[in-house]
Amino acid sequence: MKGMTIIVKEVTTLVIGFILLYSINLILTGHLTPGGGFVGGVMLACGFILMVLSYGKEKVNSLISDRSTTVWDCSGAFAFLVIALLGYFAGDFFANFFAQPGNFRLFSGGTIPLANIAIGIKVGACMAGAFIALTLFRGPAESFPGGKL
Amino acid sequence: MINILPLLVAIPLGAAFLLPLLEKFPAGPRLSRTLAVITSAALMALSLLFLTADNITYWMGGWTPDSGALGICLVLDHLSAFMLALVALVTLVATLFSLSYMKRYTAEPLYYCLFFLMVTGMNGVILAGDIFNLYVFLEVAAIASYSLVAFGCGSEELEASFKYLVLGTVGSVFILLGIAIVYNQTGQLNLAAIANTLPQQNAALSMAAAFFLVGFSLKAAMVPFHAWLPDAHPSAPAPISAMLSGILIKVLGIYALVRVFFDTLEMSQQFAYILITLGAVSMVIGVFLAVGQWDFKRLLAYHSISQMGYVVLAFGVAGEMLLTQKFNIASLALLGGLFHLFNHAVFKSLLFLCSGAAEYATGTRLLKKLGGLKHRMPVTSSCLRIAALSISGVPPFNGFWSKLIIIIATIQAGHLWLGAMTVLVSFMTLLSFIKVQRYIVDGDPSVSVSSAKEVPFSMCLAMVILAIICIGAGILLPLYQKIFSDGAQSVITEQFTQLVRLAGG
Repeated sequence: MKGMTIIVKEVTTLVIGFILLYSINLILTGHLTPGGGFVGGVMLACGFILMVLSYGKEKVNSLISDRSTTVWDCSGAFAFLVIALLGYFAGDFFANFFAQPGNFRLFSGGTIPLANIAIGIKVGACMAGAFIALTLFRGPAESFPGGKL
Repeated sequence: MINILPLLVAIPLGAAFLLPLLEKFPAGPRLSRTLAVITSAALMALSLLFLTADNITYWMGGWTPDSGALGICLVLDHLSAFMLALVALVTLVATLFSLSYMKRYTAEPLYYCLFFLMVTGMNGVILAGDIFNLYVFLEVAAIASYSLVAFGCGSEELEASFKYLVLGTVGSVFILLGIAIVYNQTGQLNLAAIANTLPQQNAALSMAAAFFLVGFSLKAAMVPFHAWLPDAHPSAPAPISAMLSGILIKVLGIYALVRVFFDTLEMSQQFAYILITLGAVSMVIGVFLAVGQWDFKRLLAYHSISQMGYVVLAFGVAGEMLLTQKFNIASLALLGGLFHLFNHAVFKSLLFLCSGAAEYATGTRLLKKLGGLKHRMPVTSSCLRIAALSISGVPPFNGFWSKLIIIIATIQAGHLWLGAMTVLVSFMTLLSFIKVQRYIVDGDPSVSVSSAKEVPFSMCLAMVILAIICIGAGILLPLYQKIFSDGAQSVITEQFTQLVRLAGG
């Protein structure tokens, strides 16, 4: 049997939902409470790493491939840049172009929650991708990305 | 004009994030090459536009000091405009060279991704108006360069990259500690605000200055801190070696050093002497280590240490003269330093590209196995000869003029023995490059050279552009001397901090 014992798997199934929900909460309320895109993204990746450790890499890689982590990683970073550039067309680079009135509400930060979401996706996918890279790539130099042909 | 300043950072960053998405498409490598050329051409055009522009301060997100918040700012003075143009030039040439050269590696889109992340980091360091952003962009550039050194994934590359990673991180930690101490002493991160609120010289600030000096010297590979460079620069793919030796050590090391020591912290007599000593020691030891090398790229890497010694020596002399109010000599030394920085970027990039071309065609970079390259690869060998004559300071080429200016400045500053040492190092450089020409360019074709063919057009084009600059830059100096003297003036008058102060009202 791949992965760890049945106890670890059962516990993982129980807590994984909470871990992912908490990470989403951290990302979405980043402009109100301590936390934000980076922390939430790290939490997201931690959930993923927990799954890999308990279920084994084959099972998890059938859900998420190293290629898709690269795509999410770059898309998240690109979305952040696009938010900055949209602000640019509204006046200044990074300008908060639809700042809402009022404080302490979920939709009060303008572009900042959007930037948090982009960063959360980027960091989560990036750390998951780094973990996959550490578990997957083994063998001669030409099997690595960038190896000489 | 002012509004397009952030694009210098945004364009390479956007390209870097688009490129990995192309990786798995069949047309991916071709598309990524096109995107890379467009990006570097756009950067070149933008930076040439800013070369003639006035000074600019750009506040991110509209958070100007007038609005009550001290936001993140980008600052462009004459020195940064000059550095931006230099980075764009070497980037463009390295991209052109990569088009054919990188076809031998897998994952081309990832290569261009890391390449443009490094350019983003360098442009960010040049434009950063506060010390923490300077640190962040410095790390962006440095981390991209660690991966690029390991790009071939051979055991040698990985070892060199690991060594570079460890020493580079030690350097970064020193810089971060320095920033922490300065923040503790002044409560500010903006460079101009630090300069305004700097307390009297005390022990903590001296400590911070020492940390900055160690960190930036590690990045610039000055002699006691140079151990990573002779491994890291030869291991990278040739266009990356050209970028690392040509601009990375200058932007992360020298430029950041100038920003912190000349513009922000107060220059003191001790630090001027330390800079002079570091420069002189690097100059001498670098060249003596280079003479005995038989690996072409490793020889070039040691010469990078030696030639950067010239630049640091010039800046040290300038700092000393600034303290004694001799502004004419200081401006001459700065002019020489900046001109040599430019020249070194040009001829050292050219030399690394030539070594890459020779390796591409013959499969070896050992001097004893190369030989008679002029019979088989006329373009590469002529470019190599021009670059070798430039770096050894033979008169009509650009290296001669900048070394001459530095020697005149050191002698006017009263350091006769330093001037003599500079001449001696120049002579040793000539000796070492006579060896290079004797073993690589001249003679009968060796076994590995005899079946070699001239490299593809884009690689030749990249080398010829740099060779033309090598010939023209020295003779035509009076035409564009204003760029360098403006850069020198902006250091002397601390234009950088003045700019932000004015904008802050």
